[in-house]
Amino acid sequence: MSILLDKKTKVLVQGITGSEGTFHTSQMIEYGTQVVGGVTPGKGGQSYSGKGENIFSQAVPIFNTVKEAVKETNANATIIFVPPAYASDAILEAIDAELDLIVTITEGIPTKDMIYVYDALKNSKTVMIGPNCPGIITPKEAKMGIMPGFIHKKGVVGVVSRSGTLTYEAVKQITDINLGESTAVGIGGDPIIGSQFIDIIKLFNEDPKTSAIMMIGEIGGNAEETAAEYIKYHVKKPVIGFIAGKTAPPGRRMGHAGAIISGGKGTARDKMLALESAGISVVESPADIGISVAKALKNFNLNESDEKNVTPKKKK
Amino acid sequence: MKIHEYQAKELLSKFNIPTLKRAVAFTADEAGKVAYEKFQTNNIHTIVLKAQVHAGGRGKGVIYDVATNKPIIYNGKELRGVNIISNNNISHTAYEMSNLMLNNKLVTIQTGEAGTIVHRLLIEEGCKIAKEFYLGITLDRQTGKNVVMASTEGGVEIEKVAAETPEKILKEYIDPTVGFQQYQGRSLAFDLGLSGQSFKNFVSFIPKLVQAYNELDANLVEINPLVLTADEEIIALDAKITFDDNALYRHPDFIELRDLAEESPLEVEASKYDLNYIKLDGNVGCMVNGAGLAMATMDMIQLAGGTPANFLDVGGGANVDRIANAFRIMMSDPDVKAVLINIFGGIVRCDKVADGIVKALNEVKVEIPVIVRLDGTNAKEGKETLLHSGLNFKVATSFHEAALKVTEVLTR
Repeated sequence: MSILLDKKTKVLVQGITGSEGTFHTSQMIEYGTQVVGGVTPGKGGQSYSGKGENIFSQAVPIFNTVKEAVKETNANATIIFVPPAYASDAILEAIDAELDLIVTITEGIPTKDMIYVYDALKNSKTVMIGPNCPGIITPKEAKMGIMPGFIHKKGVVGVVSRSGTLTYEAVKQITDINLGESTAVGIGGDPIIGSQFIDIIKLFNEDPKTSAIMMIGEIGGNAEETAAEYIKYHVKKPVIGFIAGKTAPPGRRMGHAGAIISGGKGTARDKMLALESAGISVVESPADIGISVAKALKNFNLNESDEKNVTPKKKK
Repeated sequence: MKIHEYQAKELLSKFNIPTLKRAVAFTADEAGKVAYEKFQTNNIHTIVLKAQVHAGGRGKGVIYDVATNKPIIYNGKELRGVNIISNNNISHTAYEMSNLMLNNKLVTIQTGEAGTIVHRLLIEEGCKIAKEFYLGITLDRQTGKNVVMASTEGGVEIEKVAAETPEKILKEYIDPTVGFQQYQGRSLAFDLGLSGQSFKNFVSFIPKLVQAYNELDANLVEINPLVLTADEEIIALDAKITFDDNALYRHPDFIELRDLAEESPLEVEASKYDLNYIKLDGNVGCMVNGAGLAMATMDMIQLAGGTPANFLDVGGGANVDRIANAFRIMMSDPDVKAVLINIFGGIVRCDKVADGIVKALNEVKVEIPVIVRLDGTNAKEGKETLLHSGLNFKVATSFHEAALKVTEVLTR
């Protein structure tokens, strides 16, 4: 088991013929993802097998619309590489086609456009990851995203993060200590994103193959605090948290549109306190993510075996 | 992107939002001239001189002489970022005051001790204030909707009001499909205690501001204070607009509104190469791929005993030239005493990054310790390149190892 994505997921790629779309489609196919079709308006009916250095191991049929692609391929997920000016349109088309999962990689979508997208998402059954995110990977099964596959290892830690390369860093550390990941999800660094920490953490909490949850937050907004509140009362697995941006100055956007301390709110300190008070193990140094996860799991298992002998299982 | 108050007021005027009669001046001569022609000859004897800088807190901010670093005294009083002139020869006073304000330093609660140089002044007609309110529109991330906020506590720091008396901030959320409704405006007006003509004026003011917020692709529009005058007019006495950087492509004309003097020269240079660079006060420079990892690296520098000199994200598509430019910009900060390059190769290949650094070495003389941590795609090849570059790089593989090397360099 895993969350959201496995080897049975049938994936479309919107914007497959662009350079980003082409490169990452070749990588996704290589990783084992079932890419069943591409959508590029005006190029429907063709079959596409990459270009330049990136030749797919199998050709992919191209469709003009998402609905048509779904009808022909039974796809249930899509990954979007469409440029920012056209991205919200592409997302709305995918929502309209009632896909289960959308992963939007595109960086730089205007907030105004995302407000409409978010409204449409709320009134649908579709789950969206992103935008401005690395995507989602279930090691040894499939990846819908731009992360390097080779750093992942099938395992027990569910990883959820607002960042890209910092997720890779965390994953690498978790892989290096041989725990591995059940699924790793990069939810994105924009002010409006399809899925928040809390949405992904709920899924990890219910996933029997996930034994611990690593949550990587950053300054800005209050999604970490909201998740902490949920974890406190509902999550019975060990949760480890890291918040990036302790040294970030207020009022400056730290790369991600969503990573900004405004009006004294959204500081790393506040978030770390919220996490701690919810019983989450907070990692101070980003260099210690791997060992902290291992330690939290070990402590939890010790407590659990103690509790089994004495009283019925309770939240740690 | 931030703009100046006078620019924000120009934009708002296009949406028929009431503002006061005003002019902008870049020199004391201009200030004296407009004070005379636009105000004095029209029988206006009260004007306000407002320093145009992007930082807030101007009213309480003090003007310092750049040469002596002492507060400037005019007519026995400390000169502020905002000064009222009320006499029979306002043009003369405006000239003298502008002379002292322009090209001197304004220190406010937001600028820190370093302050910011005043290059532009807004000269505005005075008005009789009956009441001050706060009015702002921004995104509420939790609901994914825009929210209109109003408060009777105008003219003060709204963050303070939000923290101490949150019940004094009234909120109306804008539904994305139906937009802001008239009843929402009425509801705010009633709760602010308005009635009669002032009620009507307020109710017609808000939809215009919402329209401006939407059409300008702003992520913040703030009127603080919004004033009710003695004549029951509702006027934007101050105006702050921040644009959504992601939407700037839809507004090519906004680029003219950017004031490079308000940004650090290194940040301006970095933006030419699409690099995300923010200058900070520390001593350890860092260059990282990805915003989250860059923030984490800064945090690690602090834990290792240093302070980060900058935030620098070279981005996901870093190529040789980009890396070379990033390296050059980071190294040109004179405060940097050591450097940490932290690259996690995914799509970006570490060997390409190493090539970029070596290329930059042709232009930049490096006399400080440089720690390089390369991990992920082609890390080994990248390390080989660096070790054969002839420069004494300290190469690390893990984040942990990099942290130890930073401490080692700083404590030596």
